[in-house]
Amino acid sequence: MANTFELIASSTVGSGGASSIDFTSIPSTYTDLALYVSGRTTSNAGQNWAPTRGTFNGSSSSWSYKGLYGDGSSASSGSSASSSEFGDVSSSLTTSNTFGNLSIYIPNYNSSTNKSVSVDFVSETNATTALSGLIANLWSNPAAITSIGLPMNAAYGLWAQYSTAYLYGVKNA
Amino acid sequence: MPNPTKIVIDCSTGIEEIIELTDAEIAEMTYAAELAAEKKAEEDAKAASDATAKAALLVKLGITADEAKLLLA
Repeated sequence: MANTFELIASSTVGSGGASSIDFTSIPSTYTDLALYVSGRTTSNAGQNWAPTRGTFNGSSSSWSYKGLYGDGSSASSGSSASSSEFGDVSSSLTTSNTFGNLSIYIPNYNSSTNKSVSVDFVSETNATTALSGLIANLWSNPAAITSIGLPMNAAYGLWAQYSTAYLYGVKNA
Repeated sequence: MPNPTKIVIDCSTGIEEIIELTDAEIAEMTYAAELAAEKKAEEDAKAASDATAKAALLVKLGITADEAKLLLA
């Protein structure tokens, strides 16, 4: 049987910005989920890129991640035993109207085991320095995922207008 | 001034709601922002300290940064 890739829901941030983009009541009829985000923030914490966090079922606990990054001049790594990272988008310091991209894949989201999340991202700006990276997240919780939240850290303001998030379901992956 | 809002999309109905944050949620966001700012300040301080130590070591060795790279290549 051919694999299927279906749009479940999407959202575009309006003129006031948004502190979070949350998908709730996610159907359990797929095997995997894929979330694609084009994002920018309304503020910055003195840097060109803004790290995003994720929550499953409203939970920001039991998360950990390890990431590899490159910014055009140097490579680095990062990790946390207590939080998630879903990649970095463009902050308000970057060229106007540029948006970073997050590609987030969540296999076996209905399983009764811990959940992995792989992220491939790049922030953008119309200049030489941007951040790209690959991140492996682990949510140490066996619950099936029914909601996904993308809260923006207030240090970077809000999700800026025209940021978008598209949630897809993948069958027979 | 109204509180910031969040977007909630119900995937079973396709209905999108724009919901104003509660004061408790605002307080949580502010706290998270303060933690992030502290973490960044610590990282910046460490980077500055490392750069100073590196420069001092190069002076002590009497070589340039490029020469040090050559040695490590």
